[in-house]
Amino acid sequence: MVFVIRRLLQAVLIALVMSVLVFAGVFAVGNPADILIDPEATQTDRLRLIQQFGLDRPLHEQYFIFLGNVLQGDFGNSFVFNRPALHIIFERMPATLELAFAAILIAVVIGIPLGLWAGLRPNAFSSKTIMAGSILGFSLPNFWQGIMLILLFSVTLGWLPVTGRGPVGEFLGIRSSFFTLEGLRHLALPAFNLAVGLLALVIRLTRAGTLEVMPQDFIRFARAKGLRERRVIFIHLLRNILIPVVTVVGMSFGGLIAFAVVTETIFAWPGMGKLIIDSINVLDRPIIVAYLMVIVLVFILLNLIVDILYSIIDPRIRLEEAGQ
Amino acid sequence: MSTLLEITELQTHFLSERGAVKAVDGVSFTVNRGEVLAVVGESGSGKSVTGLSVMGLIDKPGKVVGGTMQFDGQDLSSLSPEAMRQLRGNRIAMIFQDPMMTLNPVLRVDTQMIETLRAHRDISKKDAWTLCRDALARVGIPAPDERMRSYPHQFSGGMRQRVAIAIALLNDPDLLIADEPTTALDVTIQAQILALVQGLVTERGMGVMWVTHDLSVVAGFADRVVVMYAGEVVEEGPVDRVISQPTHPYTLGLIGSVPSRNKRGAPLTQIPGSTPSPINRGTACRFMPRCRFAQTKCEEHPPLIESATGASRCWFQDEVAAQSREVA
Repeated sequence: MVFVIRRLLQAVLIALVMSVLVFAGVFAVGNPADILIDPEATQTDRLRLIQQFGLDRPLHEQYFIFLGNVLQGDFGNSFVFNRPALHIIFERMPATLELAFAAILIAVVIGIPLGLWAGLRPNAFSSKTIMAGSILGFSLPNFWQGIMLILLFSVTLGWLPVTGRGPVGEFLGIRSSFFTLEGLRHLALPAFNLAVGLLALVIRLTRAGTLEVMPQDFIRFARAKGLRERRVIFIHLLRNILIPVVTVVGMSFGGLIAFAVVTETIFAWPGMGKLIIDSINVLDRPIIVAYLMVIVLVFILLNLIVDILYSIIDPRIRLEEAGQ
Repeated sequence: MSTLLEITELQTHFLSERGAVKAVDGVSFTVNRGEVLAVVGESGSGKSVTGLSVMGLIDKPGKVVGGTMQFDGQDLSSLSPEAMRQLRGNRIAMIFQDPMMTLNPVLRVDTQMIETLRAHRDISKKDAWTLCRDALARVGIPAPDERMRSYPHQFSGGMRQRVAIAIALLNDPDLLIADEPTTALDVTIQAQILALVQGLVTERGMGVMWVTHDLSVVAGFADRVVVMYAGEVVEEGPVDRVISQPTHPYTLGLIGSVPSRNKRGAPLTQIPGSTPSPINRGTACRFMPRCRFAQTKCEEHPPLIESATGASRCWFQDEVAAQSREVA
């Protein structure tokens, strides 16, 4: 419990530092008024708008007003949409979460079996092909992969739609693309594009884990007990490999959400990443700040979840905590 | 005593780029029911690989390339992988050297025990649990009900080896192959483990193949000894005879190397040199370069010569025996 509280305090501190940096950063980049206000507008209109946004006050004053509002749960209105920034972000969040979740699913469901295969037969041609593929996954630029995916599957083969999010279906009160065929067809390419880097990582981690664990005595002892090979691999081996894989996948989830920007831009996916890019273009400061605060929170929450999962998978960690 | 395991001219090689590593190079011996056979030798002599060969657990690039292993009338090398699996952990069990490493760190002890029963017979989880709990109690684990739910890291080394032994004995095996199971333990724990296994041998008539490099363990515990050197058997015989009157210079050297046998303050004896390369051992006696009895005759590789009290792979075994009588 102390652990959780400490984590939450950390989160608040990080969010605070973050807000200062972003505030000053956006101020340094340019004056939102220059971009947002129609150059044809009269001087009085201009002044009125600047006052309305509070842009006429000194920066530190703007910041403390903002901070005061945040403590009351108000992140300010978007300059562009003139609606609460947080609302706009939460509207876009499901699309991004859906994308990130689909990417994780792809990385795990494909990555672990491929990594196991490559680890159990390290010298086979198929394994070397898998490993070479994973290097490509790492090193080819993500945006280029996305464009190539569109070129191959949408333009040349015509199997999947080019851009956008499909219709959402509802299941157990959750609205998501997962529940309609058309939605899934739209989701496939962007999710795969977002997954590639993590997929390559999961393959390599699983393979390295397999190579490390297989020669250990407890695997030999499991075989000496007469266990079937299936059980040796999927219980004795996999449980040990899952420890690093869960850590990495959990940590990457935040990254996938925060950096879905590229994928969302290529595929015109209406998520938070697309929103933040658009907002940076017009210096819509409330959205940028609120977005980054949300991301900080997501990261901290995910780290917490990973820590908890970790102690479930690895019993040695539980004991150490109890011993403290 | 009836023969349980008969190994004849076993050859287990590891194929490497520099050539075949002949880890086990023509080894023959038998293990009888109700008998403890000690297989003694230094690292790299092929004793562990012999045990793993019997289990069918040689990892690639290793392979049993020759010889036969008859277990209770069955030729092990002719069995299918599935038939071999059914034998492992069921009629032939094995325990390993490092108790810290033989239990899976992320699985509870009960999981690791119950799966051993259920791999070999149709038994409900509940019945299996009771059997496993009793097995833990039998090897001297206090509070077995609670310990069933523990993870391996919550046990001490000696306790872990007891758990491993309990697992190995769950299916009441005919043959136990023990690969230096007490080497990593304190002397007091070692004595407890030895007593435990000895009790099981007399009680169940189990045959034991006890692989070790420690002659002091062998002395009070084994019935017969097989001494291995460089992939082959160099001496074999009843334990008392082999220890009191070795007939191979290597065995003599091994016994001389046990510190307690030396007088206080005297320099410790050792066997000079090291084991020959397992890839190219030549055609001479393999111990010749380290042997103080060596003569020109030793350029010829000696066969295992049988005698009334065992066998020795030495051209000059009578001289060695005479010398060992003198030392004693």
